[in-house]
Amino acid sequence: MMKKISMMTVLFFCFFMQNAFALSDAYKNNIYNPGKLKPVDSILKVKVGEPAPDFSLKAVSGKTVSLKDYLGKKNVVISFVPAAWTPVCSDQWPGYNIIKEIFDVNDAVLLGITVDNIPTLYSWTNQMGKLWFEVLSDFWPHGAVAEKFGVLRSDGVAERAIFIIDKKGIIRYIDVHDINQRPALEIMVKEIEKLN
Amino acid sequence: MKRKISLLLLMIFIVFMNTANCFAESSPPQTGSAFPEIELPKPANPVDLNYLGLSGSGIFKVQQIKADVVIIEIFSMYCPYCQGEAPNINNLYTLIENNPAIKNKIKIVGIGINNSFFETDIFKKKYKVAFPLIPDGDFKLHKVIGEVRTPYFIVVKLKGGKKEVIYSKLGALGDNKAFLEQIIKLSELK
Repeated sequence: MMKKISMMTVLFFCFFMQNAFALSDAYKNNIYNPGKLKPVDSILKVKVGEPAPDFSLKAVSGKTVSLKDYLGKKNVVISFVPAAWTPVCSDQWPGYNIIKEIFDVNDAVLLGITVDNIPTLYSWTNQMGKLWFEVLSDFWPHGAVAEKFGVLRSDGVAERAIFIIDKKGIIRYIDVHDINQRPALEIMVKEIEKLN
Repeated sequence: MKRKISLLLLMIFIVFMNTANCFAESSPPQTGSAFPEIELPKPANPVDLNYLGLSGSGIFKVQQIKADVVIIEIFSMYCPYCQGEAPNINNLYTLIENNPAIKNKIKIVGIGINNSFFETDIFKKKYKVAFPLIPDGDFKLHKVIGEVRTPYFIVVKLKGGKKEVIYSKLGALGDNKAFLEQIIKLSELK
């Protein structure tokens, strides 16, 4: 009986769950589709109300960015995405790229992080236009920052996760999202607005 | 045994329907074909509602738009090319609105694939888009039109109760004056 239910569930998802991401012609046919993945494949190591672990990572811009640089100055939104040149990720940051005003009004910065290396991130983000936010490479030691936060999956990519950290360095919001789906923008914006 | 056969038949049916569905979705609307009758949410903004010739809330179909010709831009707030194309489409809108011979006859509507109202509103404000942007949050329309990439333009002739696709193309419009002339010619508005 359980087998039948499992089979029917699989068929149901095959039938109804046909999502299309990375639709922009900007990416042409350069997006690799890994298919439907396990929604979450890691165990969080941080909690809301706790200090965020510090880190320093190289950015595509050439800078080295440390979380502590923003202490007392800016709220920080960290957007971990799994990998460059994959469907949902390619349809996430370009949207954030047109809402700089929302971050500015709320005295916040955005840091995008993936486990890809700098050359890959450079090529990928070039397709998105000129990004106003720093894109950081958590490539080596591989996924170390994602691991600190507890969002490194067993296959070595990061979760699709959002962490909102206030000016005191305290985590105020965590969304480790289903990797197959883009987080709802309105929820993230509401959480950013709560900071002030 | 009967239950096993029933289950097998159900599975075959689902696989068949899924395959048929894929074929149905495999190509974008062809010129000369009828634009599909898909229900979309009405814009909440009264100016947008009025522009489309609609009233109230709920759903509408492209065929209900009060115009002879509807230019549909398939876009996404998350699409870099759509962001880049926005000023060009705004200019196209201005060209139409400033021409008394075609104003009210040609309308533009943007359909935001996998976007919410919140997201299409952000795009509208960011690029000062004067025409309505409607979300297709659950890919309902997108699946029917062959899951096209964005931006994609479809022009539908509604004059005379038709719903005929007269233009269907991926990518930026290019010269919007030339595009408009082409649409006027194709739709036989002159």
